[in-house]
Amino acid sequence: MSDLYLLWRNLFRRKLRTFLMMLAIFVAFVIYGVLGSINYAFEHGVDSVADNRLVVTNKITFIQPMPFAYVNKIAAVKGVKNVTYASWFGGYYQDPRNQIGTYAVDPESYMRVYRDDLRIDPEAHDTFIHDRTTMLVGEAVAKKYGWKAGDRIPLNSNIFTNKADGSHTWELTVAGIAYAAKEASNTNFILFQHENFNESKTFGKDTVGWITLETDSATVNDKVAAAIDDLFANSTAETNTQSEKAFGKAFLAQLGNIALIITLVVGAAFATILMIVGNTMVMAVRERTKEIAVLKTLGFPSWRIWRQVLGESVLLALLGGVPGLAVAALLVTLLAKGVSGAIPGLALTLPVTALGVGFMVLLGLITGFVPAWTALRLNIVTALGRL
Amino acid sequence: MTGQTLIHLQDVSKRFVKGKDTITIFDHLGLTIPVGDFVAVMGPSGSGKTTLLNLLGGIDQPTEGAITFDGARVDTLTEGQLARWRAHNVGFIFQFYNLMPTLSAARNVELPLLLTSFGRAERRRRVEAALSLVGLAERASHYPREMSGGQQQRVAIARALISDPKLLLCDEPTGDLDRATADEILAMLQLLNREMGKTIVMVTHDPEAAKYARRTLHLDKGRFTERDLVA
Repeated sequence: MSDLYLLWRNLFRRKLRTFLMMLAIFVAFVIYGVLGSINYAFEHGVDSVADNRLVVTNKITFIQPMPFAYVNKIAAVKGVKNVTYASWFGGYYQDPRNQIGTYAVDPESYMRVYRDDLRIDPEAHDTFIHDRTTMLVGEAVAKKYGWKAGDRIPLNSNIFTNKADGSHTWELTVAGIAYAAKEASNTNFILFQHENFNESKTFGKDTVGWITLETDSATVNDKVAAAIDDLFANSTAETNTQSEKAFGKAFLAQLGNIALIITLVVGAAFATILMIVGNTMVMAVRERTKEIAVLKTLGFPSWRIWRQVLGESVLLALLGGVPGLAVAALLVTLLAKGVSGAIPGLALTLPVTALGVGFMVLLGLITGFVPAWTALRLNIVTALGRL
Repeated sequence: MTGQTLIHLQDVSKRFVKGKDTITIFDHLGLTIPVGDFVAVMGPSGSGKTTLLNLLGGIDQPTEGAITFDGARVDTLTEGQLARWRAHNVGFIFQFYNLMPTLSAARNVELPLLLTSFGRAERRRRVEAALSLVGLAERASHYPREMSGGQQQRVAIARALISDPKLLLCDEPTGDLDRATADEILAMLQLLNREMGKTIVMVTHDPEAAKYARRTLHLDKGRFTERDLVA
């Protein structure tokens, strides 16, 4: 017999109560695992972009376009190495519910700026650059719809009209598949030629949605951003230049403050668990008052009993939390398959797991503190009713 | 009995403060218990029997006076030192057994050995020996709820003996048992005193139980009434 055995026996003296507490903790950590993974994937996806990339958007809002002429003016700014541009197409396939991140881009400059992020077959690369009616399909989209090079796909826009036939459809040929060069990169996208888009849309001609540029070095980012915004100050389309990371976060913020929502949901779950488990642990130890007094009478030092009670609550948190994280890992894997790469890098990662285990230990320590302190301070004479 | 002193209480006073009142349990009490003695302590409720046992067992401290055990002061020890001292020197037997309900008889007996450096094999050997001594070797795997009161008390005696303490303190050890079972337990305590030389102090209300002791002390209002026994 060891202290661990004692701890185990005490923990399971009322199996139903312990099981219910474990279940509550289990649910809290399933929620934490899934939401924490989504949050991490969003954060990490944004964080993985290059440090020396800046994005220029209309100062009013990034969905407001800017004149095409800005591209060359920005290219001439000191400290700018490469420039490309893109416009939001609002694409979907067959059904408006099948949204795909579709961007009209300048193929050559786009490939230059994002050379480290995408992996594309050379043949597909050449086809995409030279054939205006082609598109590059991200791996996640290709997998989801089973598209391959040479397929002709009618792509719809929920914003623009094709002046060729007055429809919202652009028929494009798959030039090839674009793979993520980095694990956390999103491949739920379609790229097609901006020139084709510009000529065939019925409004907003000669405008771009945003301009992405590479600076000579991340150290000159601030200076370059200020120079660009100064350049277009007091114009009809003033600009806002920010790092691509900040732009990505602003874009995600359109979906709501994900981190805040997740923090609130996980926080509420943990606060509830804290109260339930904490209260139950206090009751569980209180009903053992006499046994604790007997242990002290036998010579068990107070700190050892304190350690026992704290160990019990930490073990309880681990027994509920570890299976919770395991199930969360399973759910996240299924979710990652379900969203087909829309949330790149979605997985229960080591940092999320480690933080989860940290939360378990913290939960155990917090819920066990009061009963452990009570046990530590327990007076044998009073507890045994021996006055 | 060897005549050598095991416990000596010198001018021990014990007072409790309750609200504005101070309750005096003992006032300059003296007592000497030699090695190998078997003392029954009797007296009416509130006479201080249990408080005396608490002081002798180091689970309570006197307000004044000195308590020596085997020549060493115990009233000056810290809480941690007292816990260690109890683990090595005192075995406790309670009226309601106070076994751990989640542990088998063998595990209950083994509990005090967790405070020693004995290995698993040695602990098992000692537990088997202690349970055999109280005649419960075959009930080692039984839980307290599966045993009668008498059997539970025998397990409690085995637990009290397992670390081979010099002193056994018994608080109404037969108070919850029928006459026949009580006699069995008392006979066992007597055997432990006579054959193994254990010094025993037993608080009891039962004059029949007191007959098993070598001598009886009567406490009344915090004073011994048999002057020849008071140091």
